[in-house]
Amino acid sequence: MISLRVRRRFVSGLMTTLVGLLSGLAVLALVLILGHLVAKGASSLNLDFFIKNPVPAGQSGGGVANAIVGTGIIVGVAALMGLPVGIGTGLYLAEYGSGRLGWIVRFVADVLNGTPSIVVAIFAWTWLVKPMGHFSAFAGSVALAVLMVPMIARTTEEMVRLVPHSLREAALALGYPRWRTSLRIVARTALAGIVTGCLVGVARIAGETAPLLFTSLGNLNFSTSIAHPMQTLSLQIYTYATGPFEDWHRMAWAAALVLMGLVLILALAARWATRRGHGAAR
Amino acid sequence: MAQPADAPAPLEAVRLTALFGRRAVVKDVSVRFAARTVTAVIGPSGCGKSTFLRCLNRMHELSDSGWVTGKVLLDGHDIYDTGVDPVQLRRRIGMVFQRPTPFPTMSIYDNVAAGLRVNGRRSRSELDEVVERSLHQAALWDEVKDRLRASALSLSGGQQQRLCVARALAPEPEVLLLDEPTASLDPGGTQRIEELCHELKTRYTIVIVTHNLQQAGRVSDYTGFFYLGEMVEIARTEVLFTKPAKEQTEAYITGRFG
Amino acid sequence: MTALPLESKPGTASPPGATWRLLRGANVADRIYKGILTTLALGLPLFLIVLVTQLVVSAWPSIRRFGFSFLWNSVWDPVAGVFGAAPMVFGTIASAFLALLMAVPLALGVAIFLTEFAPKWVRQPVAFLVELLAAIPSVVYGLWGIFVLIPFLRSHVVPPLRAVLGWTPFFSGVFYGNSLLAGSIILAIMIVPYIAAVSREILLAVPGTQREAALGMGATRWEAVWTAVVPYGRAGLLGAVILGLGRALGETMAVTMLIGNRHDIGLSVLQPAYTMAAAIANEFSEATTSLYLSALFEVGLLLFVITVLVNALARILIWRVARGTAAGSRAL
Repeated sequence: MISLRVRRRFVSGLMTTLVGLLSGLAVLALVLILGHLVAKGASSLNLDFFIKNPVPAGQSGGGVANAIVGTGIIVGVAALMGLPVGIGTGLYLAEYGSGRLGWIVRFVADVLNGTPSIVVAIFAWTWLVKPMGHFSAFAGSVALAVLMVPMIARTTEEMVRLVPHSLREAALALGYPRWRTSLRIVARTALAGIVTGCLVGVARIAGETAPLLFTSLGNLNFSTSIAHPMQTLSLQIYTYATGPFEDWHRMAWAAALVLMGLVLILALAARWATRRGHGAAR
Repeated sequence: MAQPADAPAPLEAVRLTALFGRRAVVKDVSVRFAARTVTAVIGPSGCGKSTFLRCLNRMHELSDSGWVTGKVLLDGHDIYDTGVDPVQLRRRIGMVFQRPTPFPTMSIYDNVAAGLRVNGRRSRSELDEVVERSLHQAALWDEVKDRLRASALSLSGGQQQRLCVARALAPEPEVLLLDEPTASLDPGGTQRIEELCHELKTRYTIVIVTHNLQQAGRVSDYTGFFYLGEMVEIARTEVLFTKPAKEQTEAYITGRFG
Repeated sequence: MTALPLESKPGTASPPGATWRLLRGANVADRIYKGILTTLALGLPLFLIVLVTQLVVSAWPSIRRFGFSFLWNSVWDPVAGVFGAAPMVFGTIASAFLALLMAVPLALGVAIFLTEFAPKWVRQPVAFLVELLAAIPSVVYGLWGIFVLIPFLRSHVVPPLRAVLGWTPFFSGVFYGNSLLAGSIILAIMIVPYIAAVSREILLAVPGTQREAALGMGATRWEAVWTAVVPYGRAGLLGAVILGLGRALGETMAVTMLIGNRHDIGLSVLQPAYTMAAAIANEFSEATTSLYLSALFEVGLLLFVITVLVNALARILIWRVARGTAAGSRAL
């Protein structure tokens, strides 16, 4: 007859182990996924892979140069549009956002943050593909920018709000006008955090596929024109993974490894930016 | 309710009332601050001392629903007059806060020069000269002269507070407002700041809000007792501490409440 | 050097004019700054209005044609021009529900482990690794699902499942790989980091006194967590779960690569299914008639409305426990 006390202690130990195991399971999933990426993709990473374009279906060889460049261009243009609007909105929310309009903007940002990216895709198609009559990288960039803005706005607001009020007061008491206080003192102090948010946002959209499905569409050839369809790593992976050719599958893994590498670099850069910022502005 | 009647008054509050919405926290206060003196404002917490101070450089109106009636005269001109730009006004009055607030992304040099740069004065030689002078006045020059480019955050708390004093002095204000400047400092830092007050009053008119009665006694020429939004009594420091005219003042000074 | 004398001599007024012409000029810059920021910020509400209006307008022909039957008709026949979204609605709900079933214990376990039991040195790395799960692009999950998960299911999971539970309607039928099961599992893995991150913030927001009070009364460590801390934060934890639900509803790529993309309602998880997001992704480019397109827009509108409502619910619940913390906005 086990005493109640011993039983309770046993249960406690058991549950502790259980939650530890569950966490291990989550980490295991990650390890499995990343592990397979490396195992199946690394062997295909040769120079050709990075500098050559895809070869006709069924043949082997070739690379994903068009996709790599395409990802760079589409994400770059999206960032060019989305970052200023997002940061500006975030500054607005932190600086003037305590009124009703601020509440509305914040609410809308949260709503848009939870919107499925496929919905944004069909919206972008309606406004930028249909009237133009053809698919374009630009339409894809706009779709990605739209996804970015609410994300960046909220993280910017959050980071700016962390700046102590006393700093703002000190600047105002010195005779800084409000706009200069907001930019030169407050935003500048929060800069590390803002940059982190931007890097995370860019990393998120770099991996997106759905918004590009009917906007940039994809392109088997090398193209740098934003007025025409363009390929990205994400689109390439989708096409290759769901295609019939073994060679395509192999290249899908390699492309996924490259994409994941890009995302990881951005995520690590974001962490590094935070650490640097914390060092300077204790 | 003026006190130093014969001396010239660079700063004067005339029937000043400060409110948050409908609630008055400073009630009908009139006081003259004589030139080149230190006036301490003492009183229990939450009685409006800091708010009163912030009315003197139009900082109060930056708070939510903060507004003011009455006048504050700087050199005889009402700073609350229409047509007065509060931003430029604040450049003529310096303020140091409870906690040191150096600008974290700027160097020591840039911190001190900030008030000048915002005013448009940029010539390198001019800035160098003013920065050095201000750091001397704040008794910080010797400690930082070799590392002016270092981050302001590399200084200790007491040094940072003196940096804030230097920063406030650089634009050569007429008046210096100190809001419990030693509240977050250790005794060593506190002493340095108090010594500073003695040195600075030869050039500036200083108003210091403090919780610390001994500090008021050490540092000020005049002391005003602030209670529940009113300036109950203001007199020469020795007089207020030894022969207060009002009962409330005496009760506070002898520690019966506060 | 300032023009003002530092000492004021008795009887002298200040130099007239000079510094007292304090102009309102500087205000212009302030107003421009505020104007620019406000204009940028207004973009968001304006965009939302345009988005919703657009969706409704594009979906209108389909709405007018099918009315509410759109929701329970299970026939989706582009050729005949009959569109019923019931299978994808069913699949969306079923896959999300199944995903939650698997993800919630895992995510809560991670959150509880990280906040209550993990030694300090384990916390940071494990938290980072779980966060990394959220950074993996959807299409990469899909890729992994097709070539690793499905074969694994086929050889090691489905046969025992069928052996034991094959007599139930939930595990009947032939397993071809792409199925509700595969889609749900991948969704589960994808939403674990979101639920875990928010749950962690919720648990951290629970006052330490709750745990201490329980321990003081002689509870074991687990009992303190399970009976004192978790119940206190249960509204927020529910919010975290609903947040995960919101995410699962909108997932597109991984789902469309694994779920089979078939307009079918069935009880068996081994069968192919469909979700709203997957349907749009799959069929939008193929939509030949305007009614077809309109039907897909209606699906998009439906998906949008559902996700907004679910996310709003999640945020209200989270906000109650962890007011305004970063998790609520960051995790969305």
